[in-house]
Amino acid sequence: MPAKVLTVTSGKGGVGKTTATANIAAALAASGAKVVCIDADIGLRNLDVVLGLENRIVYDLVDVVEGRCRLRQAMIRDKRLPELYLIPAAQTRDKSAVSPSDMVRLCDELRPEFDWVFIDSPAGIERGFRNAIAPADISIVITNPEVSAVRDADRIIGLIEAEEKGPPRLIINRIKPEMVKKGDMLSADDVLELLAIELLGLIPEDEEVIISTNRGVPVALDGKSRAGQAFRNIASRLRGEQVPFMEMEEPGGFLSQIRSFWRKGGG
Amino acid sequence: MSRLMDRLLNRSSSSASQAKERMKLVLVHDRTNLSSKVLEQLKDELIGVISRHVEIDEQAVRIEISQQGREQRLIADIPLRTVARRRLG
Repeated sequence: MPAKVLTVTSGKGGVGKTTATANIAAALAASGAKVVCIDADIGLRNLDVVLGLENRIVYDLVDVVEGRCRLRQAMIRDKRLPELYLIPAAQTRDKSAVSPSDMVRLCDELRPEFDWVFIDSPAGIERGFRNAIAPADISIVITNPEVSAVRDADRIIGLIEAEEKGPPRLIINRIKPEMVKKGDMLSADDVLELLAIELLGLIPEDEEVIISTNRGVPVALDGKSRAGQAFRNIASRLRGEQVPFMEMEEPGGFLSQIRSFWRKGGG
Repeated sequence: MSRLMDRLLNRSSSSASQAKERMKLVLVHDRTNLSSKVLEQLKDELIGVISRHVEIDEQAVRIEISQQGREQRLIADIPLRTVARRRLG
């Protein structure tokens, strides 16, 4: 079956696009799917370091587009997950080195070989975003429960709708359940009501994300991390499984401890 | 401490609900590109056009943008003066 092309975007920078791309892709690859990630953030590449593949770059996206190498030569295979590949961005060029039609052509070439093509979009609404969204079958908008991130997400959703890409799906990242409980952070329901698109996943704030990124290992491969579990849940939903949304209550809270005790006891 | 007092006296809403209320307004304006100034102007022009044909209660005219999902709708509520009230006035 030809691959689905999925673009992860947000408008605002720093909300977790690259982390989400790396982890959802890794979770899908870990379950046996063949996945390739394209870093579309030319000039500010980071998907390579988040995936721990930075030392293996020889060719990049711009080399492929400009014909200096074959597509296959620019694909870095992850040794831990042999079904996961990365096409890194060029670091010394800018967004104009690639056009939206280049991206469409590239993805058409990748489709027959893969189950999933992930595109990590740069922040912003300019050329880099246009490049990233052009070949998308599915677009994912990621946001944080903060006013600036929500506003930018709304703008991006409007632009995706204007491109007639079909409604994007939403990931709310870095939720702090204890702040939500105190009324000091927008809840997932609040954000969902404001943005009014279909929810794909909720990811709690989790220090393990920083720790695993330090090591260059996707947190989705860490069986104990809550964020890792949330990313695996998103991967399952993309495969078409019905997975309930993670409860965003305080992980160490007394109630949740009792609940998880019962859950473990009851299998 | 003052926050606790606020909460006990129900003086101000939580920062999250303030954020939500602010975002509702901001997003409507972002999506429609209609500022409150333009909306006021629209209201005045509507009053002008409609009063040419029928007598309306100008003070009670309300114009607002309602939302359903990601769709915006311009709602104008324009009370008409009844014949009886007209006689009294």
